[in-house]
Amino acid sequence: MSKNKVSKTSKMKKEKKNVVIVKQDKSKLIKKKASKERIHAGKLTKQEKSKKPRIVTFACNWCSYAGADLAGVSRFQYPPSLRLIRVMCAGRITPTFVLDAFSEGADGVIVSGCHFEDCHYISGSKKAEKVVNLTRKLMHLLGMDERRLRFELISAAEGQKFATVAREFTKEIKKLNEKKHCKKK
Amino acid sequence: MKKSTAKKSNIDDIIKKTNSFLCIDCGECTGSCPVSRVNIKYSPRLIVEKVLLGYFDEIKKDEDLWSCLVCGLCSNRCPSDVKYDDFIRMTRKEIRKHKEQLNYTHNRIIQKSMEIMALGHPLNRLDWITKDLKVASKGKYLYFTGCLPYFDVIFEHLNIKPTDSAKNAIKIMNKLGIKPVVSNKEVCCGRDLLYNGDEENFLKLAKINKQMIKDSGTEKIVCTCPECLECLKEIYTDYVGKLNVEFIHITQLMNEGLKKGKLKLNPLDIKKVTFQDPCILGRGFGIYDEPRNVIKSIPEIELLAMEREKDDSICCGPSAWVNCTNYTKRIQHVRLEQAEKTGAQFLITACPKCMIHFSCALNADDSQKCIKLKDISTLISESMKGKNGKRK
Repeated sequence: MSKNKVSKTSKMKKEKKNVVIVKQDKSKLIKKKASKERIHAGKLTKQEKSKKPRIVTFACNWCSYAGADLAGVSRFQYPPSLRLIRVMCAGRITPTFVLDAFSEGADGVIVSGCHFEDCHYISGSKKAEKVVNLTRKLMHLLGMDERRLRFELISAAEGQKFATVAREFTKEIKKLNEKKHCKKK
Repeated sequence: MKKSTAKKSNIDDIIKKTNSFLCIDCGECTGSCPVSRVNIKYSPRLIVEKVLLGYFDEIKKDEDLWSCLVCGLCSNRCPSDVKYDDFIRMTRKEIRKHKEQLNYTHNRIIQKSMEIMALGHPLNRLDWITKDLKVASKGKYLYFTGCLPYFDVIFEHLNIKPTDSAKNAIKIMNKLGIKPVVSNKEVCCGRDLLYNGDEENFLKLAKINKQMIKDSGTEKIVCTCPECLECLKEIYTDYVGKLNVEFIHITQLMNEGLKKGKLKLNPLDIKKVTFQDPCILGRGFGIYDEPRNVIKSIPEIELLAMEREKDDSICCGPSAWVNCTNYTKRIQHVRLEQAEKTGAQFLITACPKCMIHFSCALNADDSQKCIKLKDISTLISESMKGKNGKRK
């Protein structure tokens, strides 16, 4: 009797171990998928595909943020895909900000500052343009699509422009997402 | 002072593996440390002592642990054979678990791009290869580029192009009759991440590189960066197992070629040069004579000796892209002054990081030093062409 018991329990243990291993594998797979999706943004699941794209927008305090405010106050229609982040100057943005946004799951990033002549800090938006160009090159090296990053000059009086940029860029990103999705299939 | 909260077994492991229990408190390390010369508060002996006595919380607070250059001067001179480089690496890993923010340089771009590489999706890193370079898809030799294409973009403002040295290295290899493999699946070696204490992402990078080397089926790997060489050859064996490949630095390859008479060098306009020994190439691998032989074999060139050279040479600056302070700038200026005292026109380096650090110091310098920098493979490939680009 005792022998039988031992064999039974050992069998049970083996089975249990198997089950545990399978579970671990699945969780690992899911984790892997998630981490890859983050950067590519094209490998979306069906649920995520139906969602609207997520676009992180860095807007400078003096012009673009006020421009976005004006767009809201004047009730210009634009899709709710933008997530605005206010920074004091577009020159504060570094390539790491943009890359961080992408790796946290953004589909696109807009960096927007004042027009070159009326930057509040004189040379901030020129610096931002340089940084964006550098980031584009880095993104190309890292195998990402440079079209997902956009640099815009929007002043406080250009609420209409802000709305059109938001509309156009959302369309573009949607197209990019769908294209990649089709290719993978 | 409070005693540590970190796991005792981990600390014991560090102490055992790095021989730091043998420390006899002699102060040889602090006396020879290039950082201690400019920063009186910094002392390698104190850090070892703190770990031995268990004051881990002390180390967590201050930035001293991260200012180490990992140049290997102290572990080279230590009478009780404490492996200070490994000690720093392991302690940083342990401390990093409780510390999120480091004093990153260049806004953490380099670390961030390495983290993205670790995800393992396809990269475009072969844009620098031009048509005149002969590259194979499979062969006996593999050229490990490392981070050079990324440095090209990140250090554009310093007016240097690190990939130029890679191009010239391939030209030299072609001259020696080698068609090296340059793989697009290669990622950064991850040494800097490991020295930042980020073991998780380092392991991912190491696994990708190991797979790449296995798939390419090469027998020899050529590096221009000594840090890549050390990482692939020594650190990878501890983490992902030994790679059954031979590793060579480009200077060794050039030296072999010169001995066999395959490389023919012509005189240049440059008459006087000095050589900066990269820490890892020199103290790590003991490669002192090969680069010197290579430079001397250019006709009409004079190789001048600096004040401190070979195993006494000073490191070029911060390690692993953290804690670049005024102290590290001071070290760089001292080194550049020493190089200028010799009366040389060019300071020749064999490491892309020396090149970046020194050119950063030269760019920010007000005293207008007239010494210029040149990579060793660029020098040799220029001399292969000769003056005015004509081959004799």
